[in-house]
Amino acid sequence: MIPNFIGYYSLIFGLASSVIIFILSLKSYKIKIIDKKIFSLSFLQFFFVLTSFFSLVICFVISDFSNETVFNNSHSNKPIFYKISGTWGNHEGSLLLWLLVLTLFLFLFLIYSKDEVKRYRILTLVFQQVIIIGFFLFVLITSNPFNYLFPKPVEGLGLNPILQDPALAIHPPILYIGYVGASIIFSSSLAATVENYISKSWAKNIKIWILVSWIFLTVGIMLGSIWAYYELGWGGFWFWDPVENVSLMPWICLTALLHCILVLEKRDFLKTWTIILSIATFTLSMCGTFLVRSGILNSVHTFANDPSRGIFILSFLFFLVIMSLVIFFTFYQEKKEDYQKIYFLSKEVSILINNWFLMYFLSVILIGTLYPIFLEVISNQKISVGPPFYNKLIVPFLIFFMLFMSIGPNFRWIKETNIKNKFQLILFFFLSMFLSLIFLEKIGRTDLFNSLLLVASLHLVFITIKDFFSKKIHNFSKKISHFGFSLLILSILLNGIMSSEITMNLKVGDSFNFGKEKIFFKSLKNNKINNYQSITGHFIVVDDKKNIYEFEPELRIYDQPEVVTSEADIKTDLFGDKFLVINKIKGDEYFNVRYQIKPFMIWIWISTLLLVIGGSISLYKRYYEK
Amino acid sequence: MKNKFLIILLIFFLSFCFFVLYKSLNSSGIYVPEKKEARDLPEFVSTELFSNKKISSKEIFRGSNFYILNIWASWCAPCRAEHPQLIELSKNSSIKVIGLNYKDNPKNAKKFLNELGNPFSTTIVDTNGIISIEFGGYGIPETFLINKDKKIIKSFIGNLTRDSLKEISLIIK
Repeated sequence: MIPNFIGYYSLIFGLASSVIIFILSLKSYKIKIIDKKIFSLSFLQFFFVLTSFFSLVICFVISDFSNETVFNNSHSNKPIFYKISGTWGNHEGSLLLWLLVLTLFLFLFLIYSKDEVKRYRILTLVFQQVIIIGFFLFVLITSNPFNYLFPKPVEGLGLNPILQDPALAIHPPILYIGYVGASIIFSSSLAATVENYISKSWAKNIKIWILVSWIFLTVGIMLGSIWAYYELGWGGFWFWDPVENVSLMPWICLTALLHCILVLEKRDFLKTWTIILSIATFTLSMCGTFLVRSGILNSVHTFANDPSRGIFILSFLFFLVIMSLVIFFTFYQEKKEDYQKIYFLSKEVSILINNWFLMYFLSVILIGTLYPIFLEVISNQKISVGPPFYNKLIVPFLIFFMLFMSIGPNFRWIKETNIKNKFQLILFFFLSMFLSLIFLEKIGRTDLFNSLLLVASLHLVFITIKDFFSKKIHNFSKKISHFGFSLLILSILLNGIMSSEITMNLKVGDSFNFGKEKIFFKSLKNNKINNYQSITGHFIVVDDKKNIYEFEPELRIYDQPEVVTSEADIKTDLFGDKFLVINKIKGDEYFNVRYQIKPFMIWIWISTLLLVIGGSISLYKRYYEK
Repeated sequence: MKNKFLIILLIFFLSFCFFVLYKSLNSSGIYVPEKKEARDLPEFVSTELFSNKKISSKEIFRGSNFYILNIWASWCAPCRAEHPQLIELSKNSSIKVIGLNYKDNPKNAKKFLNELGNPFSTTIVDTNGIISIEFGGYGIPETFLINKDKKIIKSFIGNLTRDSLKEISLIIK
């Protein structure tokens, strides 16, 4: 009750301080002196949002059902951890979290940009404040988290049990940090365009923000994928679901930007391209929020469907896009000296080619995601775009991308006179061809694309490992990330071609053979735990070497609301996962049992972590170089 | 000049995007099935589940007044629930019941039919789900009622119930 009011009023105060900051900074921009009040006000703004956020957390913890959000999304029987994570597991709370991160980042930006040009700082503040005010209005008008219910309901409606998973509890906040980081990049690149400040030093400073959002976005996507693998029980980690694509697109854009900013920093060109990428990254993040939150894309992730919300975000999104385009076309000036002579064999050209590839991947995913929506409106037809589309369009180019990636990054800036280690490159290429041939023959899969992809990814793995031993290039973070990427593709590929699965309907006491393994359904246990009823099956799998694995997959029947979820039992080791999941068949003693062997699963997570570690090292170095 | 052209093009493109997204917001019923009644059958060639022989749609839809095409899979729980209804339909001599086995393991599919009885005169295999898409299927189970002229006259989304049987018997009367 009381936290509810505190939360609501601090949100309003937050909005008020944003408006004041906006006006003050416009004034400071004119007189070219930063008003000291701006700093304290932006702290205050952050403080108000923080208070509001904590009030909501408290409402959830004490199960105050007079708050509509708590009533809709919580229940007094939920474990405390999930009560807290329930705060941002719903539409209203997650927007409050967006706002929290937005204001926090703006405050951090003000602190860490002390040495920069004043007018550029102020202008970044103005643009960022436009975004913040937009979100304040969005929260207050269409999705107020502090709606008061009277009379107070006795019990809440429950938190979606699929969301009761540790990976998912931290997945949205981390993804949001990545998205919101992109907003700082957006505002500052617009400010730099207006001030004509796109230069080496700008690139140096903005790279920190690019790295921060890139790291968080990578971790966020990985956690989402881990959640899908362990919780959804479909036995996959990436489904090319539109909502997943929507988080992957800003990531690709940001990866392109991360490479392109290097060229700007070292060689002072590709300016236009950098600005376009910065705008595109944030637009794609906003687009993601729009598509997920408006309910246009229906999938496991969509919870809130309210057209008025959709219209608000849509208008706001287009307002931002049009604003940035107007600014870009009116203020952006190309200078004569931007055209320098460039040589084909150089690092800058290889980065440009990397960008072309990334843009191609991005457009494939963008078309795959948006085409069904457009088609439906225009011709009233419904289609769904699935993995075959993406595989067919991405895989052939991925082969060339990886072959190129094994040569390009070792080029010198300006001009590469001769490609070093030609002999090694060719040697490794033949070695990887030889190894893949033997390997594919052994498992009996010799189609063209798989073979080529395996050759290319093995080659890249070898080259990136070799790079660790070469003394010439000191860029350790790059080596780790590139190695991580090559390992990621290799493990996804091996996982894809070597996975096998079987689905059977079994009852207690049955057994069946699967390849070299024999699976026994031993027994069944019923348990009543906290807020759900659990049915646990006991399975034993014996392989040809007489190793015994025990599996205890679980079915959970939640009461509030009544939902059945399957908890897969997964045995993980370095070479692969064994995955067993059961499903109930209505009115039958039979259970639907799915058993899968997924080789090298853990390497997918490890290699993603390597990518993140690479990024973090680079961030660490950046920070101390400064 | 070039810039102006670009800007106009961009404005057009953006307004088009805005329009489309705005429209799609308002069409709120996201998975409301379109009317696919009175639509022509798609033509396809597939394999038969038991004989493993290639069979074309022309051979399948021949020699009966009405056809029922049922999309099912052994892993689908509601398909079990609707099975008795299909068995009952198969007893009607003016209807030919055809099964479309969707994204399934043939071994499991055969076991399913042996266990519960086989109502299908022909069972065609749709390993990658393409035929179901051509039919305009939304998910499984889904059942299409097709007339002599090979037009889809009615579709049932979800499992067949007693009421759907009554509806079918009214239509084919």
